[in-house]
Amino acid sequence: MEKQVEKINSGKLQLSGGWEYAPSPESIGHIKLEDRYGLFINGKFVEPSSKKYFPSVNPATEQVLSNIAEASPADVEAAVASARKAFAKWSKIKPSERGKYIYRIARMIQERAREFSVIETLDGGKAIRESRDIDVPLAAAHFFYYAGWADKLEYAFPGKTVSPVGVAGQIIPWNFPLLMAAWKIAPALAAGNTVVLKPAETTSLTALKLAEVIRDCGLPEGVVNIVTGAGQTGAALVNSKGIDKIAFTGSTDVGKLIRKAIAGTSKKVTLELGGKAANIIFEDAPIDQAVEGIVNGIFFNQGHVCCAGSRLFVQESVAPLVLQKLRDRMETLIVGDPLDKNTDIGAINSAPQLERINEFIKHGQEEGLEMYQSSCSVPSKGYWCRPTIFFQVPQSSRLAQEEIFGPVLSIQTFRTVDEVIEKANNTPYGLSAGVWTDKGSRIFNLTTKLRAGVVWANTYNKFDPASPFGGYKESGVGREGGLHGLLPYLNLR
Amino acid sequence: MERLDIQKTYKIYIGGQFPRTESGRYYAIEAKGKVIANMCLSSRKDLRNAVVAARGAFGGWAAKTAYNRSQILYRIAEMLEGRKDQFVAELKLHGLTAARATEEVHAGIDTLVYYAGWCDKFQQVFSSVNPVSGSFFNFSTPEPTGVVGIIAPEQTGLSGLVSVIAPVIAGGNTCIVLASNSKPLPSVTFAEVVNSSDVPGGVVNILTGDLKELADQFASHMDINALVWARNNNELRIKAEELTTTNLKRFVSWDADAEKRIQGDPYMLMDLQEIKTTWHPIENIGGAKAGY
Amino acid sequence: MEQFFTKSHIDQVGVEERVARLNSRSIKKESKVKGLKLALNMIDLTTLEGKDTEGKIRQMCYKAIHVHDQLPGLPTVAAVCVYPNHVRSARKALGNSDVKVASVATAFPSGNSTLAIKLEDTRFAVEEGADEIDMVISRGEFLKGNYSYVFDEIAAIKEACGQARLKVILETGELSTLDNVRRASDLAIRAGADFIKTSTGKISPAATQPVVLVMLEAIRDYYYQTGIMVGMKPAGGISTAKGALQYLVMVRETLGNSWLSNHWFRFGASSLANDIVMQLEKEARGVYFSNDYISKD
Repeated sequence: MEKQVEKINSGKLQLSGGWEYAPSPESIGHIKLEDRYGLFINGKFVEPSSKKYFPSVNPATEQVLSNIAEASPADVEAAVASARKAFAKWSKIKPSERGKYIYRIARMIQERAREFSVIETLDGGKAIRESRDIDVPLAAAHFFYYAGWADKLEYAFPGKTVSPVGVAGQIIPWNFPLLMAAWKIAPALAAGNTVVLKPAETTSLTALKLAEVIRDCGLPEGVVNIVTGAGQTGAALVNSKGIDKIAFTGSTDVGKLIRKAIAGTSKKVTLELGGKAANIIFEDAPIDQAVEGIVNGIFFNQGHVCCAGSRLFVQESVAPLVLQKLRDRMETLIVGDPLDKNTDIGAINSAPQLERINEFIKHGQEEGLEMYQSSCSVPSKGYWCRPTIFFQVPQSSRLAQEEIFGPVLSIQTFRTVDEVIEKANNTPYGLSAGVWTDKGSRIFNLTTKLRAGVVWANTYNKFDPASPFGGYKESGVGREGGLHGLLPYLNLR
Repeated sequence: MERLDIQKTYKIYIGGQFPRTESGRYYAIEAKGKVIANMCLSSRKDLRNAVVAARGAFGGWAAKTAYNRSQILYRIAEMLEGRKDQFVAELKLHGLTAARATEEVHAGIDTLVYYAGWCDKFQQVFSSVNPVSGSFFNFSTPEPTGVVGIIAPEQTGLSGLVSVIAPVIAGGNTCIVLASNSKPLPSVTFAEVVNSSDVPGGVVNILTGDLKELADQFASHMDINALVWARNNNELRIKAEELTTTNLKRFVSWDADAEKRIQGDPYMLMDLQEIKTTWHPIENIGGAKAGY
Repeated sequence: MEQFFTKSHIDQVGVEERVARLNSRSIKKESKVKGLKLALNMIDLTTLEGKDTEGKIRQMCYKAIHVHDQLPGLPTVAAVCVYPNHVRSARKALGNSDVKVASVATAFPSGNSTLAIKLEDTRFAVEEGADEIDMVISRGEFLKGNYSYVFDEIAAIKEACGQARLKVILETGELSTLDNVRRASDLAIRAGADFIKTSTGKISPAATQPVVLVMLEAIRDYYYQTGIMVGMKPAGGISTAKGALQYLVMVRETLGNSWLSNHWFRFGASSLANDIVMQLEKEARGVYFSNDYISKD
């Protein structure tokens, strides 16, 4: 007998229209931003010696949020001197007391979590869902985790006595401003170092708010100093004779310059740089979860993620199904006002970054690659990029080789295990990789053979303070997070 | 009539073979005013060939079981012990007293035994299972960095050489070593020992020659993953460190004085390891509810 | 039979993450009101108790049509769901309204009986006037791996349903794993289910969000392959308006808007309707409401 169901011509889902979600913006009434922010040196906000300030812009509206001090080399030296002076005391106080200060920072971030997430979203353009659920809680968790290490360091490196390195110069990027500050400051302080931190020039605000927290926590003056500015400020910090260690997160090009600059000095260095991660889907993968993993891999934080799963490898036998599901999933992604709690993809961080992403998209089209973008609307003001995928990208295409740092995915198909391992490793980068298969022995084959510092099997883009993170090859040197993340901040004897 | 001694031809060691340098050049080593050996003055092409051999050997060497690597390192020590006299004689030719030469050979043997023992232990000491917040099993383990260039110490032709090779290969890396320029004899004989110790060809490659000529080549080669520097030459070292940034080689500076690390140190082994962190979800069904 | 089953397995942790992300959707203002009315209209108002009587059925049927007359413009529920022996009185009490009569059948809730009795049970309910039949699968046979038995049983019941739509209850609380949920869904869909349904309500856990997501994905894969739509009914344990909206979000983002009607999606629930009324009153009045102003049946 005939089935009592309606036959539709094609199996195409109706994913737009119908029951829509009304705007649900997070309120900004509670948030206080000063008209201008000075440099945080020796426990106080001070004017920059140049008296120069630069604007910090909301990338979703192109409005100026505040003005940020530009630190000159002299200001950087003042911050380094303050950290040097504080080091004498900070490295000597009882480790358990040091730990308590860091616990206090973790708690105060939790108390002010909403403020931090709203400012992070205003300043950087990332969706409030992510700053609220990921960036800010993880930042607090990072401080909480490392706080407990402060009085347990002698257990971390068997056979060695440990001592702090001294003054750490730390330079962080604009993609996870508060979280990266936490990644840098927490282990440094726990190990007994003092720091001078330089946030990225487009996203200084949460670091400056963190400075308020650090001040309010009663940390001794000079233990944490925050100097704002662009590349020249960073260069002054790298070249300062008063620092003992550089920790940098950012582009591979700048990472190379930093290492070159400090060659021959005794400065220790950790670098966390670019990536072009392979995310590999086998035919026996949990497909629906894998599709979600692809989405988390490349569209998380507008694709401004060094470990983004930007090269998707799908086994040919399931490629059509995976692509169909991926396209449908992309249709449900909401692009727009980062403050709206329903937004999945916020604003591109800056006009130059948007331009760079658009160049890649244009290049892909000029190469004649098949492209798909979700059909969502985007606001007229601000910097936006629809989620974008390119099919059957050749391994030799720039789209498969260069880090785009945006919501643009290059898809390749493969037939065999050896083929995909070779292609996945065929890159100067080696930060992360993803593997999706139900077969345990295949997972371990892949996770062993992929030359990358973090391998996510049947998941993607997961972070935890207890989990070491960092790259092989040109993706970086050293690890951050977990026990291994203490090593860069300690001298072993 | 007195019997004429057979003199040894000292060659270099690449991919399990003993070729002469492709450049055809040499430099003479003299003792008591007489030439005792014409050493290969290796060229950048020799380095290139050695890197190809080391890269080819890397996958297989890294994939060997730790127990197997351990036995092979121990085997090198056994072979070295058996040819002790030859090494003592060579070191004496380089001007060491018999006592000092014997001491150095013993140090070399003991270093190998020490690292043979680490082959299947450092992973346990330096790994971690990470208690992440979420239903995931997460662990971090060391993996070899890859192809390692080594500038071996100048003063200790054998013990210094062994003290820089052993931790590198114990961890699963392959290497290209530039031996001591002034005391190179034992390096080539050591290559013969390596070659007869079940070490696959290409895992250890030994060149003799001039640091000035080769330092930049070691530092800038794009298929070398790390450079170990264990020689006193600040000027060349800084230049090399700068050049290693072209492909972000790990740059590891070890004391040129091998005496300072007679026994060895697992943290040297760890200098040529990368930490890999792996995540996998943990299904959560049953158990807790049953109060297991 | 095996070719029905998807090659892929289900990763529980990934499913739970997806559910958590769907739950982070913020449904406010007009979309909330619209969603709540939609959910109300999707309810299978249910009573499946040993102590059910004609009186109880009449009460419930009145409520099905007049959920809360104080608030104008409310829809009716989708159906009432009763045992076969109460189908006739339900049919009578519902009169000319659009509310459907659904009847459980096939030795509900355990399903432990012969096929002959199950067929008889089904035919009786249909003859008494049931528009929809909610059957249970033989979980014992399923867990033994006797898939063809389960398949054939569903197909036979489907035939006995005639024009009535068939909802197949998987009783996911007894299936243990999401892989089994997926496998049972694939099997039921291909054996002729018009709807797949999570639970009888007699076993804990009943409907859970991860289970429902996996079933929706099975429906989606079948739709991708064939263009044929199959309905979904979570049942049991859904008692809050907020939970109902979360399911609607899940349906919208997994299957799309075509499934957002009571022809394709139902809630098997008894107390959900009142909580929806409570929230709709709050939206209408701007103040929090009280149960004292809503009928309890």
